[in-house]
Parts: sequence; structure tokens; C-alpha cells
Amino acid sequence: MWRYIGRKLFVYLLTFVIAVTINWMIPRFMPGDPVRSMLSRASVGNPEALQRMNEYYTGVFGLDTPLHEQYLSFWANLFRGDLGVSVMLYPQPVLDIILRAVPFTLGLLLPSIILSWIVGNRIGAFAARKKLLDNTILPVGYILTAMPYMWLALLLAWSLGIVAGVLPTAGGYSPSLRVEFSWLFISSLLTHWVLPFLSMFVVALGGWAIGMRNMIIYELEADYSNYLQALGAPTRLIRRYAFRNAMLPQITGLAVQLGTVLSGALLTEIVFNYPGLGTLILQALNNRDFFVLQGTFLFVVVGVLIANFIIDIVYVLVDPRTRVQMTGGAA
Amino acid sequence: MRSLRLPAALAAVALAVTACSGGGGGNGEGSGEYPRNETLYTTGTAWGPPANWNPFMQGQYAVGTVGLAYEPLFLFDPNTSEYVPWLAESDSWPEENVHEIVLREGITWRDGEVFDSADVVSTLEVGQFDSVPFSNLWNFIEGVEAVDAQTVRVTFAENRPQEWMNWVYSHPIAPEHIWGEKTEEQIMSDVNEDPVGSGPYFYESHTDDRLVWERNDEWWGTEALDLDMKPRYIVDLVNASNDVTLGMLQQGQVDLSNNFLPGIDQIINGNETITSYYDGPPYMQPANTAWLVPNTTKAPLDDPAFRQALAHSIDITQIIEGPYANLVEAASPTGLLPIWDDYIDHGLVEDEGFTFNADRAVELLEDAGYQDEDGDGFVETPDGEPISLTLEVPAGWTDWMEASNVIAANAQAVGINIEAQTPEFDLLVDNRNSGEFDLIINNERGASNTPWTYYDYVFQLPVNEQQSTVNFGRYENEEAWALVEQLAAVPADDIEAAAEITSQIQEIQLAELPAIPLWYNGMWSQANNTYWTNWPSEREGAPQTYASMWNGIWQLGGIQTLATIEPAGE
Repeated sequence: MWRYIGRKLFVYLLTFVIAVTINWMIPRFMPGDPVRSMLSRASVGNPEALQRMNEYYTGVFGLDTPLHEQYLSFWANLFRGDLGVSVMLYPQPVLDIILRAVPFTLGLLLPSIILSWIVGNRIGAFAARKKLLDNTILPVGYILTAMPYMWLALLLAWSLGIVAGVLPTAGGYSPSLRVEFSWLFISSLLTHWVLPFLSMFVVALGGWAIGMRNMIIYELEADYSNYLQALGAPTRLIRRYAFRNAMLPQITGLAVQLGTVLSGALLTEIVFNYPGLGTLILQALNNRDFFVLQGTFLFVVVGVLIANFIIDIVYVLVDPRTRVQMTGGAA
Repeated sequence: MRSLRLPAALAAVALAVTACSGGGGGNGEGSGEYPRNETLYTTGTAWGPPANWNPFMQGQYAVGTVGLAYEPLFLFDPNTSEYVPWLAESDSWPEENVHEIVLREGITWRDGEVFDSADVVSTLEVGQFDSVPFSNLWNFIEGVEAVDAQTVRVTFAENRPQEWMNWVYSHPIAPEHIWGEKTEEQIMSDVNEDPVGSGPYFYESHTDDRLVWERNDEWWGTEALDLDMKPRYIVDLVNASNDVTLGMLQQGQVDLSNNFLPGIDQIINGNETITSYYDGPPYMQPANTAWLVPNTTKAPLDDPAFRQALAHSIDITQIIEGPYANLVEAASPTGLLPIWDDYIDHGLVEDEGFTFNADRAVELLEDAGYQDEDGDGFVETPDGEPISLTLEVPAGWTDWMEASNVIAANAQAVGINIEAQTPEFDLLVDNRNSGEFDLIINNERGASNTPWTYYDYVFQLPVNEQQSTVNFGRYENEEAWALVEQLAAVPADDIEAAAEITSQIQEIQLAELPAIPLWYNGMWSQANNTYWTNWPSEREGAPQTYASMWNGIWQLGGIQTLATIEPAGE
């Protein structure tokens, strides 16, 4: 068990180092100079004054030292929780900016991943039972899962937001409200959350339902199911065993899917102008704020790694066979 | 089916909430909501979340930091070409190189401290730090002193009143008791949330997608200037996509949009509640000039005759009616904005100015020896070298991209081989600054108190290795630059003396065409009249100020617009 976790940890650590290194390279090897594009907005008329400002800010961002020194100090700062200073929101620290956006993204991601996984699995298991259900749910599932996030988001915004006018289509909350802990504000938060959540939930739902349906059919035809049936066990019991076994690939699937779901979330946020990490990435790109980009990507990478790690552990806990294998040291 | 309960419950809550808020819209006077009839919603200026409220961080500070919170000594009124006393009461030039400014009495900062001459002195002294955008002032200022509490005397080592007055009206005064003691590092790392200013609004709150200003009911100007700011709150929204903005404007969720919205002309024509400054084309007031800048160090663009031919080949009407759908106007051949009409030598423009004339362009090319010898449809240089030029505009700037295609096609029609290219903005800036381009479009200088800012942009010498803000075309003409320097020394209110010099500059400019003026970019501004009316307009009796939240426009009289708009239904 511990050897397994140790080995996994090593792989994750390696991935992390590579990810950080690539991240560090973004602002430094992109064409153009972040300091100059920041100063170009100041529309300073006098070239001399601009030159002086350029030198000052190059120093502030630490871009005037040799590359290897920049790389080392980047790591040192990273462990101090310092992701540098933003260009577009100068002089705010990158970490603060990201932390403001994270709750919105997590608030979308966690419920939509977990709920779509649970509900999708249930629906899939359900569908495998009845011919009629199977014939309806399967095609719907295929259509849903093949849908690009962005397209469904636009479709929902258009139908529920603009035509029906029931739900707001842009922003995290109504711009006419004060940010405070009141029913009015919280209800505004919730109504603005529904559409982006729904578009992510629905797309993911189809995939899980199809996967589960296929797995259940496979498991029901396995030898142990037939044997149980021959013994005269109740169908309910057989299905429960089948469901448990069918869960395992779905858990692995969750780990594999995380990256896709995340990029879907970022796109969905942009469609709904939702103030999370996706919108932040777009703004940072538009303003050439490579430091915020670097920080956001880092955050996303770390998030995915942690989630994967948790799923790895969960997998070991729910599947006794992996544990046996590990202690036996066979593979 | 136990696990379905939770999602079902959540869905029920969500639906219930939707039902509540869906029905509960309207004009709620709840404590949590900004009252709609007292709140002005604006957008079009902020391209990212509010960054800081630091008056020394030009170009980065949040919308309204200078204008709403911090104020300048004077405004400049482009309609009358006069300086309007603001924090100052009056000014005089006791000697040619001494400017004396008398400050208004009875102005206090928002924390109650009294505004006096020490604040002005300290603000100017902050400019001695390298990182402050106006550090170049100290190249020609000799000293600043507070004569008494209300009088400031600025002495100049070199006389540049045009440039100096540009600072006076466009830069704000910051309180000495807050900024005076700070080091450069402290000033440049100060977010300054909740700024202590003297202006008609103060900071209320902000999130990443908006910024809220609240009216300062103690503002000195209510009495001294008889200006009564109408909106109690100003909520400025960070730019969303054009579609979202257009939707919000039409639905009355935004009162004033300062975005370039393609197709807005149709909405202004079709919808009574959406208005702009002009009822018909060009709808918008001009804000700056878009120039076609040739790299004058490269053949054949180093030849004035070739530049003339190029200028004559461009059918500007095609650009205005095509990509811009009549939202902009053709620029004067001098490039000067209409507010500088007094500085334009109209007789000269009549005789020497270029207009679109393809035949004339062909003629000019022939006369200068540019001919198509090899029969590929494009002219070669007199030495027989083939000509192949590129015109670069930033990727994603759709209006400019379309305009550049028109220019390329027009030029090709007279035999000049130009190809339009769209590099990334940063790459274009690199190329532009280092002089590695053939042709670019640029509009980095806007309306100001003096055409000197434009001529400084076109002619400034010496040409450096990097040309980061001026003279991108690397045009070298000592005579013209000497004239621009003379213009800088003309007293700020002496338009006649200035016009004499600008006429001489224009003679060189029109003959040499170091940069080719194309069209005036608009001060994009469209308002919804559902909640706020009496927006500035060409109509008689309407205010003639600018309706724009853009940085720098407040000081050109934009701040007065907030006092002249009226709540609807009164």
C-alpha cells in the first residue's frame, strides 16, 4: 500500500516539476515584452519617460536577471506562496487574484462533476434494465456527450435566458446588487449559477450514463452473475453486485475525464461571463498578463493532480483486488 | 433511489429561487440594491478587473480614478479652446518663463484636510521619480514653489507652455499629506483602494467585473461651479463581448456604452431610446486620427513622391462605408482633429492636400519614374527593383483588418504591390519600435489642448534605435522639427501665433507626407435614454460635452456631462 502511494507520489511530483517549468517558460519565451505591453496602455507621450518606466518595471518583475536566476527564484517564491505580481492588475499579487476567482470555478466544477457522475451512473444502471428505457436513454446520452460544452451553453443561454427570459445569462450575480450576506444577493448568486452549472452537468451526464449502461450489461453477462442467477439469488442482489463492479471503470474514467471537464468549465465560464478562472484566463490573455496566466495554469495543474491522487487512493480503498495485488507484490 | 434525493432537492431550491427573483425584479428600493433611478450604469472603458486607484499609474488606474476622485487644476474645453479653472481659480504668466497658479479656497480632501499649494508642489515633485509617467516635465521645469497657501509658482528652465499646459489639465493633484512622504517603491506598489481625492465621487466598492463610485455630497464644486452631479452611484462594468454589451444596452441594463459596436448605426436609427452625439453619420465625435505610417527609411517609402502616390490611391470612402458603416469620418489631409480647425491652413490644404484620385496616383508614379517594366501589373522602382510592401495591423482588430485590405486593394489597383498582414499585437509593436516594417496603421495620439501633441508625434527627433511612442516612420526633417519646437514655446492661449507656425509645418507635412492621415476614430459613445436623458448631442440646447468614461476625457469636459444628464421621468 505505502509503496504504491510512494510510487504514485513520485510520478505526481515529476509531473508537477515539469508543469511548473513549462509554466515558468510561458511569459519568458512568448514573443513580446509583458512590461512594454503593460506600459503601452499608459500612453506616455515622451519616449524618455517611457524608457525610464520600462527599466523600473523590468526590475520590479525581476526580468533583468539572468534566466537561471529567474528560474531558481521562481521556485523559491513558489514555496513561499508568491506567484508574482500581475501585469493587468498591477500592483496586485497574482495569488490574490486567482483566489478570488477559484470559489466560482469550484462552485461550478464540484457539483457538476459529482452530481453528473452520481446521477449518470444511476440513470445508466437504470437504462440497462429495460429495453424501452435503453432505447431512449442511449441515443440521448450519445447526443449529450458528443455536444461541445460551449455549444450547449450557448443553446441554454439562448433558450432559457433570452427566449424564455427565466434565467440571467451573464455574470456571477446581478450588477445592481451590493456584495453582502443577504437573501437577495445569495439568490442572485444562485440564479446566475444555474445555467453554467446545467450546461456542464448535462454534457457530463450523457457520458457517464452510457458508460454505466455498457458496464452493467457486461457485468450481468459475467459468469458470477449467471452463477448467482442459477443459485436462485434475487435479481436485486445480482444487480447490486453488478453495479459495484461496474463502478470501478467509472472511477478510473472520472480521473481521466477531469482534464476535459475542467477545460469545458473554463469555456462555459467564458460563454456566461462567469467570474471564475476561465474568464480570468481570457482576460489575462487579452491583456497579455503572462504572470496571471502562469499562476492560473499552475493552479489548474495542481488541482488536477490532487484530484487524480485522491481518486487513486479511493480506487485502492474500494477495490480489494488492488490491495491484494500490492501486498502480494506480484505486479 | 436514495441518492437522487439530494440533486432533486437542489434542483427544487434552484427553481424556487428562480421563481422568486424572476418575479421580484423592478425598481426595488431594497438596501442590497443600487436604486435604479439614481444609478448610472456604464461600460466600455475597463478591459480587465479594476487594478488600482493610484493617480500616478496612468493607463492602469481604475475607471474614474482621475476625473471622479482626483481632479486636475484646469479642464480643457475643446469647443472653445479654453482652459476652465477647476481646482485652480486663475492663472497668470508674470514673466515669460514663470507660471503662477492661484488655487480655489475652501476645497477639502475627502478626509477633511484642506487643499492648498503644498499639494500641487508635492504632486509635481513626485514626478521626479523615474517610474512616474510625467518625469520628463523636469527636463524643462526649473523649480516649483508655494508662494502662499493658495499660490503656486512654477519656473521654467526651458519655455514649453504647450507641453506644460497639457500636463496641467490632464494630470490630477494628489494630497501631500498622503503621498508626500512616500518613497518611489511605496508609491509604485500602492493599490490605493478607497482613494482620498477631492472629486465629486468616492470609491464605494468593486469586484472583478465592476466598480462602483458613490457621489460625494460634500463636493466643493456643487457650490463653487454650480454643478450638481446627478447620478448617486456610477457602476462601471468591465467589458463583456460586443453581443452581451449590445444586449444590455438595448435592454436598459447599461445606460452608457463607450464600446465600438459594429452595426450600432442601425440600432440608433431604429430605436428611439438609443442615441449618440450625431443623429446621422458619423454618429460619433472624433477622438483621434488613424494614420497610415510608412517606414521612411526603406525604399521606395523614403521617396515623398511615392508616398504622395500612395496617399492618392486610397479610397477612404470605401473604408468609411465598408468596415465602419459610416461610423467614422475621413480625416483632414493635415490629420488635425476638427477641434483644431483654427490651426489648419485651409488655403494650403485646398492647394496641396491629397484626395483620392487613382489617375493622379498613376500619374505621380510615372512622373517619379515608377513603372511596370516586367508586366506583372505592379510598378518597380526607377532602378528596376520590384516593389513588394506589407501593411501590418494587429490580429483581431477586425475594423482595422478590413480597412487594411481595402488599402491594399486600392494600392494594387494603381500598381503598388501592398499586402495586408495581421501579426499579433506584441509582435507588431516589436516590429514598429525597431523600424522593421513597411507600413502600419496607428492612432496613439488623441484629442488634447494643442496640435503640438500631434506634430510631436509625427516629427520628433532624434530617431532612436527604438521608437516607442513617436515618429514610428523614422522620418528625419530638421526644419520641421525646429518648427515643432518653436510651436512648443508659443504661449498656451496664443492661437494665432501657433497657427502661423502650424501653417509652416503643414507646408512641409503636405509636401512630404511623413504619415498619411486616414480617418478619425470615433469617441464611441451610445446611450440608452430609459433612465437617464439629456445626453450630449449636436441638437440645439443639448450639452456639447463628451459622454465618455475613457481616461483623459473627463479632463476634456467629460465630467460636466454627469451634471447635465437628467433622470428620466422628471
